Amino acid sequence: MPADFFSSLFVFILAAFLGVEVIKRVSPLLHTPLMSLTNALDAIVVVAAIIIAGRHESRLSTILGLVAVAASFSNMVGGFVITDRMLHMFKTGKAKKP
Amino acid sequence: MTAFTPQQLIDFTYILAAVGFILALKWLSTPVTAMRGVLIGEIASAIAVVATLFDPQVDQYRWIIIALIIGAGIGVPLGMVKMTAVPQRTALSHAFGALSAALIGIAEYYVAAPRVPKFEMAEIGLEVIIGSLTFTGSLIAAGKLQEILPQRPITFRGQNYFSLTVLGGAIALMVTLVVHPEYTHLFPAMIGVALVFGVMLVTPIGGADMPTVISLLNSYAGFSAALLGFVLNSKVLVVAGALDGASGFVLSVVMCKAMNRSFTNVLFGGFGQIQASATGAVEQRPVKSATPEEAAAILSAANSVVIVPGYGMAVAQAQHKVRELYDILTKRGIDVKFGIHPVAGRMPGHMNVLLAEADIPYDKLLDMDEINGEFPQTDVALIIGANDVTNPAARTEASSPIYGMPILDVDKARTVMVIKRSMGAGFAGIENPLYFLDKTLMLFGDAKSFVGSIVRELSGGGSHG
Repeated sequence: MPADFFSSLFVFILAAFLGVEVIKRVSPLLHTPLMSLTNALDAIVVVAAIIIAGRHESRLSTILGLVAVAASFSNMVGGFVITDRMLHMFKTGKAKKP
Repeated sequence: MTAFTPQQLIDFTYILAAVGFILALKWLSTPVTAMRGVLIGEIASAIAVVATLFDPQVDQYRWIIIALIIGAGIGVPLGMVKMTAVPQRTALSHAFGALSAALIGIAEYYVAAPRVPKFEMAEIGLEVIIGSLTFTGSLIAAGKLQEILPQRPITFRGQNYFSLTVLGGAIALMVTLVVHPEYTHLFPAMIGVALVFGVMLVTPIGGADMPTVISLLNSYAGFSAALLGFVLNSKVLVVAGALDGASGFVLSVVMCKAMNRSFTNVLFGGFGQIQASATGAVEQRPVKSATPEEAAAILSAANSVVIVPGYGMAVAQAQHKVRELYDILTKRGIDVKFGIHPVAGRMPGHMNVLLAEADIPYDKLLDMDEINGEFPQTDVALIIGANDVTNPAARTEASSPIYGMPILDVDKARTVMVIKRSMGAGFAGIENPLYFLDKTLMLFGDAKSFVGSIVRELSGGGSHG
């Protein structure tokens, strides 16, 4: 079993616990933006896709990498755009323009 | 002092990105700090992406830049969809996320094949299976939400055993590949079987269970990214994937609790069968109905009104008319609040986003636990396009399929008004005793036009004094 596995598992478990604790505190009001934001953050896999595509070890891996770059980057851009739009809609009674 | 290598500098930006992600989610906890959360998330992602472009392993840019431009070209329109289309957009983005995680895993496999060490093979196999099934499952969910595919559950006899056999098949292929890495031709077969399983996982699930399913798919998409982080030994992917997976998991638990059901029940329960047995006992009992004029009169005599929206409001696109009603009533000094059930709509938080888009202040949007204590002091509960989440049988009738599900206690209000197309039963086909109460008035009609008529009546009535 590779040594990397344990350090990854370590990071995973800590991040998952932290994630559960942080997300439990998100107001139900914002559950839709929460999902679109985590989608955008998860799109960080684009960095792995860039490496795979950029190393071009084989034609196949380059093509798969490039498709993955496009798919994940669309999530990153789209996820932030829509989260931003949604949060702009949440106003309090006081902040509302007359 | 030794200088950092370029690789170490890039790794440093990944640590910054991981910290940024955690802060982003922390600040999302309230609407006041949420914008700051999005901003830090954007900065963190941008830093990581730009740093990666300077990675010495990347030695050609043209195609990567083209792929990034294509991605942005798909992403921007998907970010600009209407709020009513947010559930299907979300399902589609789960599909894209899972697709990219699966593709990278597949690429890693073919770079190393056929000499893939056993442990790595197991990691890649698991990652590709989860990524693939989440990809097709999310596409089916998006199709159902967009109504390209039928929303009702599609089931057949022995379906669960068949589905589990398919999943078992994918895992068996993966195990074979671990033991015999030279059988590389099994790898595409494993992907194919996982893709089929994703379709079979979501097809039997009905529209009203979508909030749970979307949350589960969210969780799977996250865990596939985290697993990819294990494969590539990339800690930033492990962190982002774990956060996304945890988020989907927490939401799934919230949704399941709000329906008093378990994961297994949502995925394999076949709500369809329960419906069939419950519809048998529909009897014709008298209900009281009212016209828009009568409804307007009752509303204007009230001191406090709680509006309970459901998926029907979204379907009828009635949220802007509801805002007009809110404005008119508020101007007359009537206290108007919204009571929102966690599973109202097609994804977690769906109603809040629709009402916020219609400019209703978010401090008037209260979730079930906050609003339930207020119903006994409420003059009028106005239900728009919601059914099962208001059904008092969930509290009292042990034989009811929704018995035990937490509901909005609208029946404790002094008067209940229900805007509904007809007396047809709700999604679950369960009769709602609320409609036969003495205090209940049925307002038959389309949600948008009925609310519009009430608004006209109220504004007309105002000018007559």
